Amino acid sequence: MEDEALFEFLHMEMVAHVYKKHTSREETEQERGKCISVLERMGFRVGQGLIERFTKDTPSFKDDLDLMKFLCKDFWIYVFRKQIDNLRTNHQGTYVLQDNKFRLLTQLSNGKQYLEEAPKYLAYTCGMVRGALSNLGVESVVTAEVSSLPSCEFPLI
Amino acid sequence: MIVSCHCSCLQNYPLYIRSVPTEDELKFHYTVHTSLDVVEDKISSVSKALVDQRELYLGLLYPTEDYKVYGYVTNSKVKFVIVVDSSNTALRDNEIRSMFRKLHNSYTDVMCNPFYNPGDPIQSKAFDNMVSTMMVQVS
Repeated sequence: MEDEALFEFLHMEMVAHVYKKHTSREETEQERGKCISVLERMGFRVGQGLIERFTKDTPSFKDDLDLMKFLCKDFWIYVFRKQIDNLRTNHQGTYVLQDNKFRLLTQLSNGKQYLEEAPKYLAYTCGMVRGALSNLGVESVVTAEVSSLPSCEFPLI
Repeated sequence: MIVSCHCSCLQNYPLYIRSVPTEDELKFHYTVHTSLDVVEDKISSVSKALVDQRELYLGLLYPTEDYKVYGYVTNSKVKFVIVVDSSNTALRDNEIRSMFRKLHNSYTDVMCNPFYNPGDPIQSKAFDNMVSTMMVQVS
């Protein structure tokens, strides 16, 4: 429990630090893309390192679906202590990972309050997933969608 | 003795090369690079035929007159290749396996170093030392 709290607080501080420079509201709007990409890049490198550790003892993957299953089960458990709740795919390379109780959002609210603040807290995770996949040889685009806190979706292409 | 030890990443450019200093060092590099084709071949055939036997260790890639070439590939498609002198018959499969394990463990440590950019040549001293001890042990 303690170590999870550490990561959560560090993540909060990271987000706060990246956004700190922009005080006024318009400025924040302008710099949104830049801030998101900073967080995303941090996540990317972390994902690369993590996947190297996690897949050390697993057998090699058969195909992409096998890989996605690993990501949803083992990877998510390692990082967020729970599995992805729902994995959907169109069998053409697009996957949607759905987490009904995303750890980094559970503290925010339980409904639509703070909905516009939510994307900040997802950029890092997007980067992490993208880094993990890229290290396994899959180039992808990972985005995040929130319709109602604390559940969120990660469509990846 | 181990003649050469080599890692290369997804795009097949070398991350780390280390060999016993001799005159024909270049020849080893050449041997290792040609063996990467065999590694590719093995990876693709494994995914088709031997689904249940998905191992990272690929075993003996091919024996030549003087050397044996062993391969190992991680899930992130980093390939390790070790070239061993054929005259060394005492070296068992198990030992080769554990050597690759060590290489892999060390590589993960390198990868988790925040100062290391993935894809760059490995310059880590720890990794270097590990390879040196491995070479001394076997020879």
